Amino acid sequence: MQVATFLAYLVAAALFIVGIRRLRTPETARSGNTIAAFGMTIALVATLFVIDFKGLLLIGTAAVLGAVVGAISAQRVKMTAMPQMVAAYNGVGGGAAALISLSEFYHMQTSGHENVVAAVTVPLTVLIGSVSFAGSAVAFAKLQEIAFTGSVSFPLQQVVNALLFLVILVLAANSFLDGAILPFLSPVASVVAILVSSLVLGVLLVIPIGGADMPIVISLLNAFTGLAAAASGFVLENYILIIGGTIVGASGTILTRLMSSALGRPLGKIIFAGIAAAGASKEEIEEREVNDASAEEVGEYLADEAEKVVIVPGYGLAVAQAQGAMRDLMETLESQGKEVLFGIHPVAGRMPGHMNVLLTEAGIPYEKLHDLEDINPELDDTDAAIIVGANDVVNPAANDPEQDTPISGMPILEVEKAQRVVFIKRSLSPGFAGVDNPLFYDQDKTMMLFADAKQGLQDVISAIKS
Amino acid sequence: MQELLAQLAIFVVAAFLGWELISRVPNLLHTPLMSATNAIHGVILVGGMITLAASGNAVIKAIGFVAVFFGALNVVGGFWVTNRMLGMFRPPLKRVRKRRED
Repeated sequence: MQVATFLAYLVAAALFIVGIRRLRTPETARSGNTIAAFGMTIALVATLFVIDFKGLLLIGTAAVLGAVVGAISAQRVKMTAMPQMVAAYNGVGGGAAALISLSEFYHMQTSGHENVVAAVTVPLTVLIGSVSFAGSAVAFAKLQEIAFTGSVSFPLQQVVNALLFLVILVLAANSFLDGAILPFLSPVASVVAILVSSLVLGVLLVIPIGGADMPIVISLLNAFTGLAAAASGFVLENYILIIGGTIVGASGTILTRLMSSALGRPLGKIIFAGIAAAGASKEEIEEREVNDASAEEVGEYLADEAEKVVIVPGYGLAVAQAQGAMRDLMETLESQGKEVLFGIHPVAGRMPGHMNVLLTEAGIPYEKLHDLEDINPELDDTDAAIIVGANDVVNPAANDPEQDTPISGMPILEVEKAQRVVFIKRSLSPGFAGVDNPLFYDQDKTMMLFADAKQGLQDVISAIKS
Repeated sequence: MQELLAQLAIFVVAAFLGWELISRVPNLLHTPLMSATNAIHGVILVGGMITLAASGNAVIKAIGFVAVFFGALNVVGGFWVTNRMLGMFRPPLKRVRKRRED
């Protein structure tokens, strides 16, 4: 490799690192992304010198097509659908790594440039890349609600996965030993078989995992694709692939851990068990009385008695596209001289930080959005907590040591400390984790407004105004 | 052999670096950070270019073509969507900074 290209790759790697560093604080995040993109441009231009400008027509055509599809989809995607879009981009990256290694392996086999490093890293890249591709496709389908919604499982799932993994190992060994184990499969054919088996494995690994855990799965697959890129760097003996891929692999792994601990869901439990069955079985949930309030009652209370209001938005808000109505409620309350704060749980929305994006998009000032740690002390002297389309994140059952539920141990927004609690919710259904919320039945404190989030908010706003 | 050892050294250092880079990140930034690192592994496009530039039969060319297409989609889509995401934080942040300066 020429010295100039090598140095250009080093500059690109440095820019990736600076970019990620700047992404750690909100003020510098956007510039961090731009810097990383600039680093990518340098790496790509330097690569043109590596390939001596050969095959530019094909490369250019494919790259322009990919860039156009990428730009259009990224520009058009609704912010509510962003998580699945990230999954899609991640998946194609993994797919690319698998295909590149397969193709390089073919080159090596036909030209006789076999080497031990490639014989090990090619099957590895193909395995990780294909799992990432298929897994991301399933994650996309789940979040987009095309297929595999909820948790899909079948008997002996773990056993089938283990067997499939064993098959992949045998195929890898067969490719390494030049077809000594399975004489009818050439090394290249073995790698193709690994690709196919890994795609199946990717699907099987992700289908049992429920929608609420998808962010963590996408983050994990993101780390996988990084590793696949790094492994393909060993195949191609290319430094920028090794550096870029490894940084993403490592940072993606730690990010996955951060996310799963913020959600109170151990990684092992997610991957190996899918979603544990709901804590309380259906029969145990008895019919109990609730304080079924009308929008007028809620509006009256907010207008006359509440001075400090904390709003807790949940996924139901995003589903109902009620962010705008939420902003209107904030403005209405503020015009009457009331203090309005937003409490954002780490898992509100579909990914950590997703709800912040949705609310700022709707024009709610960023400084009004408060993290769990900041908002819980505020709730002590709050007059009204309004929960819109959320349940699990405010469910005190998570802190109840007597109960063993899927959300046990998850930090919650302690809305029960507020004077009054208003739930705007479509029904009494206990939400994603399937754990009943004792707050629903506290008739002195809680007002239940059964409505679609958008309609409910609009009704409350007009009630406050009248 | 020397080359491989150098690659391994870079791999290990990069792994620790990636690990250290992501610590104490506010929840708010988890999604943009994931999205940006997702764009960075689009560097696999470099591999796609190298593969497609090498000679090969039609099948191999087709595979390389798809790999470059995928890689470019990963890079452009990844950075673009991250930029849009972070753009939503920008106007309010400017206001905050302005107030601090006042």
